[in-house]
Amino acid sequence: MDKLEKLEAQGVYILREAYKEFKSLCMLWSIGKDSTVMLWLARKAFFGHVPFPLVHIDTHYKIPEMITYRDRLALEWNLNMVYGENADALSQKLTFPDGNADRIACCKNLKSEALKYTLSGGWKRYRINHATGKYEEDANKEPYTGVIVGVRADEEGSRSKERYFSPRDRENDWDAGDQPPEMWNQYKTDFAPGTHVRVHPLLDWTELDIWEYIRKESIPVVPLYFDQGKGIRYRSLGCWPCTKPINSTSKNIDEIIEELKSGKLKNIAERSGREQDKEDGGSLETLRRDGYM
Amino acid sequence: MKDTILTPDAERMNIVIVGHVDHGKSTVIGRLLADNNSLPEGKLEAIKAFCLKNSRPFEYAFLLDALKDEQSQGITIDTARCFFNTQKRQYVIIDAPGHIEFLKNMITGASRAEAALLVIDAKEGVRENSKRHGFILSLLGIRQVAVLINKMDLVDYSEKVFNSIKKEYGAFLKRLNVEAVEFIPVCARDGENFIKPSGKTPWYSGSTVIERMDLFEKEKDRENKPFRMHVQDIYKFTAEGDERRIMAGTVETGEARPGDEVVFLPSGKKSRITAVESFNETQQPVLTAGQAKGFTVDTQIYIKRGELACLASQPMPEVGFAFKANIFWLGRKPMIYGKRYKLKIGAAREPVYLEKILNIIDAAEIEAEQDKKQIDRHDVAQCVFKTVKPIAYDLYADNQRTGRFVIVDDYEISGGGIITEAIRGEKSFADSHVEKREFSWQKGEIQASERALRFGQTPKLIVITGPDAAVTDTFSRLLEKRLFNDGKNAYYLGMPAIKGGLDSDMGGEFDRDEHVRRIGELARIITDTGAIFITTLTDADDFEIDEIRSLNRPSGIIIIDMGGNLKEADDLVQLAKDSTLDGAVNRVKAFLLEKNIILEYYL
Repeated sequence: MDKLEKLEAQGVYILREAYKEFKSLCMLWSIGKDSTVMLWLARKAFFGHVPFPLVHIDTHYKIPEMITYRDRLALEWNLNMVYGENADALSQKLTFPDGNADRIACCKNLKSEALKYTLSGGWKRYRINHATGKYEEDANKEPYTGVIVGVRADEEGSRSKERYFSPRDRENDWDAGDQPPEMWNQYKTDFAPGTHVRVHPLLDWTELDIWEYIRKESIPVVPLYFDQGKGIRYRSLGCWPCTKPINSTSKNIDEIIEELKSGKLKNIAERSGREQDKEDGGSLETLRRDGYM
Repeated sequence: MKDTILTPDAERMNIVIVGHVDHGKSTVIGRLLADNNSLPEGKLEAIKAFCLKNSRPFEYAFLLDALKDEQSQGITIDTARCFFNTQKRQYVIIDAPGHIEFLKNMITGASRAEAALLVIDAKEGVRENSKRHGFILSLLGIRQVAVLINKMDLVDYSEKVFNSIKKEYGAFLKRLNVEAVEFIPVCARDGENFIKPSGKTPWYSGSTVIERMDLFEKEKDRENKPFRMHVQDIYKFTAEGDERRIMAGTVETGEARPGDEVVFLPSGKKSRITAVESFNETQQPVLTAGQAKGFTVDTQIYIKRGELACLASQPMPEVGFAFKANIFWLGRKPMIYGKRYKLKIGAAREPVYLEKILNIIDAAEIEAEQDKKQIDRHDVAQCVFKTVKPIAYDLYADNQRTGRFVIVDDYEISGGGIITEAIRGEKSFADSHVEKREFSWQKGEIQASERALRFGQTPKLIVITGPDAAVTDTFSRLLEKRLFNDGKNAYYLGMPAIKGGLDSDMGGEFDRDEHVRRIGELARIITDTGAIFITTLTDADDFEIDEIRSLNRPSGIIIIDMGGNLKEADDLVQLAKDSTLDGAVNRVKAFLLEKNIILEYYL
């Protein structure tokens, strides 16, 4: 088996473990390349089906192509698609684009808080109706106790210490210093009532692996990742006010892979186009502690 | 140095770096990254300049620390896992902490690795964790260990010092049946013997560190062993119009093809593979080691997840209630006798008890400590375990992947182990327990036969099982009523009643194994009063029935199977799925009469 086959088999195994062990399980789908690969792995694991909801946190500042792509795949792949939002912050305009919050506070409002209360069922969730293609308020208000997240160990410092199955307490706190052991392919799947778990099937993947796998499996991705002729493309997707494209002329997957291999992007962080990361040194750590993925 | 271009099918190998604290693991990693051009541009120069300015000698460990500090600012290098390429392949370097407090992190890191670099300080020599880590590597099954004798500059590159450590540590590894593939004298700080042979060790003719890493071998022959797949789950997505019933799992070893006869253990059920199932690829002719796919079979057999799928034509694994194992214990609480733990082996999760401690081995000295009554944190123990239900496994020596397990105590993975010996013909846990229990059971003055005569019935436990809890409940009520109306002393207690009462101490998660045990013990008491005790157990399997059968002794049991999943037995009634409730009750009554459990009087 080659590298990609091994990574795929490992991801599938982790997803099946999660599905077996957690009753109230969901997968976070950011619409980006990583979580889309993760969604693809779910289709691999369950033979074309995705037996748990896909949850997207809609900040309403996502680049519009992302939402179009989300809903197209949700219908095509018969996904149990759910989104949540911070309705209060949006109506009170407590956002960065509105000038009422700095970038970090805006992320906290529109992402961390929205995520927290969407997962807990405290705020409204909207579920796609496959008959109409429209979203309707979701009757299910149960908290999700298992959340599958597409983080990679090579993305950023704190993520390299993550486990495949990572417990969080009631406050969503992550104690990076005292994590459960994982031996061979046995992970922590027993949890005291009240604890939540984050599941990380992509931990061992690199950015290059992701693109090579997308090419191998012909997984559809948002066209924003490719240069449309202006010499720029997105390397990481987010909200339009805070995500900048990078200078690159890669027009397709092959060219992105070549670009990554050539080392041109080697000394530029993958998330360098994400302005919120620059506001303070440990921002991602801080946000992550608050549940941001 | 030029960047290495790798193709997607390039190999990737995980290597763990272990060793006693301060013996130079960070420096080794920093050196590997620097020498393989895997550092951000200018970083090395900046740290060197910083050291010069502050009149400190440059150390690679500073570089790692600096990278750690900068990680949050977006540089994508991490210390827990670092990636770099050589001409041959890509490496993932797993940094395992040397401190004993972090042993569980060391184990987590090491159990992902295919090979290890073990670092020993030339001046300090072999220390406690050098040995402990070596021992754990051997327990985890890592056979490829290269020992780096570091800080050779501190001993003036002395061949004598090198040889003496090599001799001492080599002998230690030999006792663990691990052969160090190579001992390499290095100075990680100065990169001696890393990329090219060092001029300072003319007496050394072996590989450099990088050469050695490129010589490590990927696991071989995994597909040539007997076929083994832990059935992780059984999927049927009927609601989405998919009629396939797929046995899903990761193939541990071997290969299987459509047409092959598979045996599922411990149940022993057999069928033939119809097709290999996967998504987004053409029909595959073979299912091979490492793949996480699935297969369909040609008969409607009922098996549960956790079973081990094997091929009928190949050597079978062991199936039994007891085995001998080497374990290392990480639990905050010691492992003790009489406590029920959860065994996770492959996809199976079963209750397990510590039966006997044979030896506690001091991991640092490989010396046995005698007469310990419990297994403490960080102990390595040789012991016997006993399960409640039979489990399927291989000896670790025959198949690492099906011969290793972890033990869960109080929600935490608290120990890991490898099976060294099968103990065959052992009584089940329930049988041994019943033997002890009956020995101490105090009886009153009334004989069981006297009660039987008075009630006109033989006391029995009747377990009603099937897929639908509502159906088994309705049926049980009707049966109880009919027997009662016939003047029999019958008593029905359903699963919800037991859950709400006897089982109410279980907390959040329903513990089915414990529930089954309690039914068995409860039945022993109620049938002792002379009653016919009726209860339900949704979707019981053969092993649960066996356990209840044992625990209920000396009274007998009748099983009413409404699902058709249990193997045939003298005390079992299979009810046709289309039979009416009345018809079913009549059928059971006739069976009870035939077995002289209830008597009809014709005066």
